[in-house]
Amino acid sequence: MRNFYALFKREIKSYFVSPIAYVLICVFLIICGYFFYRNLIYFSFLSLQAGYDSSLQSSVNINKLILRPLFSNMSFILIFLAPILTMRLFSEEKKLGTLELLLSYPVRDIEVILGKFTASLAVFLVALGLTSVFPIILFILAEPELGPIFSSYLGLILIGVSFMCVGMLFSSLTENQIISATATFGTLLLFWAIGWSSAFVPGILGSLLAQLSIFNHFNSFTKGVINTNDIVFYANLTLFFLFLTAESLQARAWKS
Amino acid sequence: MIEMIEVEDLTKYYGPIRGIEDVSFKVEEGGTVGLLGPNGAGKTTTMRILTCLFPPTRGKVKIAGLDVLEKPLQVKKLIGYLPETAPLYLDMAVLSYLRFVAEVKGIEYKNKKKKIEEVIEVCGIEQVKKRLIGKLSKGYRQRVGLAQALLNDPPILILDEPTIGLDPKQTYEFRQLIKSMQGKRTIILSTHILPEASMTCQRVIIINKGKIVAQDSPENLAYQLQEFSRIGAQIEGSPEEVSKELNNIPGVIKVRVAEKISERVYNYVAETKKNIDLRKKIAFAVVNKGWGLLEMHSLSMDLEDVFVNLVTEESEG
Repeated sequence: MRNFYALFKREIKSYFVSPIAYVLICVFLIICGYFFYRNLIYFSFLSLQAGYDSSLQSSVNINKLILRPLFSNMSFILIFLAPILTMRLFSEEKKLGTLELLLSYPVRDIEVILGKFTASLAVFLVALGLTSVFPIILFILAEPELGPIFSSYLGLILIGVSFMCVGMLFSSLTENQIISATATFGTLLLFWAIGWSSAFVPGILGSLLAQLSIFNHFNSFTKGVINTNDIVFYANLTLFFLFLTAESLQARAWKS
Repeated sequence: MIEMIEVEDLTKYYGPIRGIEDVSFKVEEGGTVGLLGPNGAGKTTTMRILTCLFPPTRGKVKIAGLDVLEKPLQVKKLIGYLPETAPLYLDMAVLSYLRFVAEVKGIEYKNKKKKIEEVIEVCGIEQVKKRLIGKLSKGYRQRVGLAQALLNDPPILILDEPTIGLDPKQTYEFRQLIKSMQGKRTIILSTHILPEASMTCQRVIIINKGKIVAQDSPENLAYQLQEFSRIGAQIEGSPEEVSKELNNIPGVIKVRVAEKISERVYNYVAETKKNIDLRKKIAFAVVNKGWGLLEMHSLSMDLEDVFVNLVTEESEG
């Protein structure tokens, strides 16, 4: 446990000593801010029109028009954020040779993995926490529903965690950070795109493809629905890639 | 004497490529052993197995009686390891790096500060302790590397090419540092520099192409390989006549002129039969002829010659 904490502390320091964390969080917030602003303008435009046209009034809903698309956009940005956030975790240490030294200390592989992972998770949570400014602005101006906001954040955390595990796996496989980020990005993109073809594929295979698609499981979170089915999907994804990362660290046993 | 490290028939294949094969040796507690061999001989592979980085293909390693495969965590607690080129986190300051290592190595919180101060003093890095490791010179990085290895006060130190890339002064200081720990800790160090092995180690294990070629004390190795004794002399006289005269002494195998010092004064090296001392006879012959005997001493074959001998023999066979 103390090992884990020491590793976590070092890792998080190294995120914030270099500009990586600041740049990542900044870019993430700027993009999210843009989407928020656009949705807000659209909403005010629509509510203005609803003043003249009473048939529109029922569709003017803050949660539906501002927050739901915002969270959905945020989940897509994670496809870029996660690979960059996790690419250095193992690649950098492999390149520097420090991993060899680290593994000669009395630590378990799993402590190393979790320490590193938790550090990148913390950076991600800081970024995500800062986006709460958008719902807060809405709470000052109006009365959005709280429930869907919470469930959306839960969904975003689940997506983020599973994406970062994919990133960590590739980071443990190569000592080149760019290769690590590219492979992660490609994998995530593929996992997303796999759902598109489900409409053309008949039968069980089609629904299987739809189930595999990473964002299909996120939609219900934005609506305020927490499905065990969706949680299990992301949890499985996370555990699967954590397991593969542990195996890839172990693999030094025969290839090194 | 307790055996601190026992290595038995250690073999490691990287796929079809042989890393090491049937390497066996023992190191007693407090001993200093040098792994000597050219690049790619298998020194690092051996050390990595000792530090539990990866298991061997075959063979057994016991550290303080513990098997590295069965109890890696306990074994790792007994070892301080300095890999080649001292890989450190370049974005950390020396002090915070040592704090991190102390925590990972599981040093008690109340002892942490004291231990760190101790290794800083031993390794002489007091004046750089607040600087970033990335900004330090190679010599200081190596010292920080040694400091992290010493941090948990390990009974065993494993140093992979510890003086590579250091300038002569740093190398000298680093060797003194290692020497100062002799007897207190069991040390294995690898090197491809021969004088280093003979200077710092009580025993040398010569590895070539993954196999142990010889292991003994530096003196014994030099002695075993000596096929003849050698005597060096500085004599004043015409070189042809001196050579001829010395060659006539029974027991002398070959005489060669090694160096010209001045007009009529030359250095000679006489190779004689093993284990007989011909210095007296040579002196007598020279004085008899009326030449000047300015200097004479017996030359021992140094480890460098032994090494070249062993390694070239191996590659021919």
